Amino acid sequence: MNINATLIGELFAFVVFVIFCMKFVWPPIMGAIEARQATIADGLAASDRAAKDLELAQEKATAQLKEAKAQAASIIDAAKKRESQIVEEAAGKAEAEKTKILAAGHAEIETERNQAKEELRQQVAVLALAGAEKILERSIDAAAHSDILDKLVAEL
Amino acid sequence: MFNNGYAVINTLFFETLIFLNFNHWEHNMSSAAELTSQEYITHHLTNLTVGEGFWTFNVDTLGWSVFLGLLFLTIFRSVAKKATTGVPGKLQCAVEMIVEFVDDSVKGTFHGKNDLIAPLALTVFVWILLMNMMDWVPVDILPWIISLVSGIEMSHIYMKPVPTTDPNLTFALAGGVFFLIIYYSIKVKGIGGFIKELTTQPFGHWSLYPVNFILEVVTLLARPLALSLRLFGNLYAGELIFLLIATLGLYQLPVHFIWAAFHLLVIPLQAFIFMMLTIVYLSLAHEDH
Repeated sequence: MNINATLIGELFAFVVFVIFCMKFVWPPIMGAIEARQATIADGLAASDRAAKDLELAQEKATAQLKEAKAQAASIIDAAKKRESQIVEEAAGKAEAEKTKILAAGHAEIETERNQAKEELRQQVAVLALAGAEKILERSIDAAAHSDILDKLVAEL
Repeated sequence: MFNNGYAVINTLFFETLIFLNFNHWEHNMSSAAELTSQEYITHHLTNLTVGEGFWTFNVDTLGWSVFLGLLFLTIFRSVAKKATTGVPGKLQCAVEMIVEFVDDSVKGTFHGKNDLIAPLALTVFVWILLMNMMDWVPVDILPWIISLVSGIEMSHIYMKPVPTTDPNLTFALAGGVFFLIIYYSIKVKGIGGFIKELTTQPFGHWSLYPVNFILEVVTLLARPLALSLRLFGNLYAGELIFLLIATLGLYQLPVHFIWAAFHLLVIPLQAFIFMMLTIVYLSLAHEDH
């Protein structure tokens, strides 16, 4: 265990090494490490954010889907209502048309029947006149007896 | 001859070298006197020196420590220059792992703001780790290589390649740390504050201030002493055991392996302890009571 000038030499070397390390080794390495740590932290934060965004988007999408479904259901409901309404309306219209057509038919039939009646009456009057002429074998003044004939026609 | 023959290896990995070395030793036997175990060990614990008296330089300690320090700084500096904030390469990953490990240790203990402590801890840790790792170099391989290259007999070659087994180095490191302890104590607390800290505790009464002062100075001085002697003692003892094992002849192979494996624990642990205590002492120096 000889203590000698080696100690001075080693002390000098030690000081030089520490100063060199402090000036040229530690700062750049630590800087690189810290910069990388910051980058990684940013990346992690960004991925966290993205995950949250994704979750939100999914929630939104689900909500929108639900809303769309509800809308579709209500549209279908409305359409069904409208459909039955239309059908009812159509049925009503058809019913009205039917009654109208029936009424018209009835009216026509009535007029025709009246006409026929009228014609028949005329013809009966003529026949009666002819029959009476034959019976009387003489001409009857149609004009003079028209009141009698009219009475007859009215009785038919 | 197996009892005290030179053995080249510390570990099984150098099995072949042992035979080379035995041959070498047998060649030398004719000319050189056979070394006893004690002489062998003493020989291996002697530094290669230049100079006289105090102005002796342990060339092997200085050379290896500076070489290993430069190795550390070269590797780390090359990474620092190319350091990318993107995807790092494998070397950068390894270096960053060490840097982060040191940084975590510093941040866990020292809570002030100081740009020196972290780089200091890094230098101390890696440098001591590298120097301790020289313990794994087989005890005779370096002298053997030098002897092959230079042609000098191995018994005349002195080479102690583990710088941390030299108290000069451990005292220099602890001395540097001690200087910083004093420097920061005064810088943070002021001279008055520092003296107050040394005198007014642990006993509160003024009549006991001299006792306090003696206690505190002893505590203060014990720190660098403990720091340096712990490192020196552990590594010196480890090296000594390696040398003892090397005198066992062929039986040394498994024993060396076990001892080297045990040093997987000792080597990083001692480096870590030195670093940790450096941080702790400096953070104590920053604390204002």
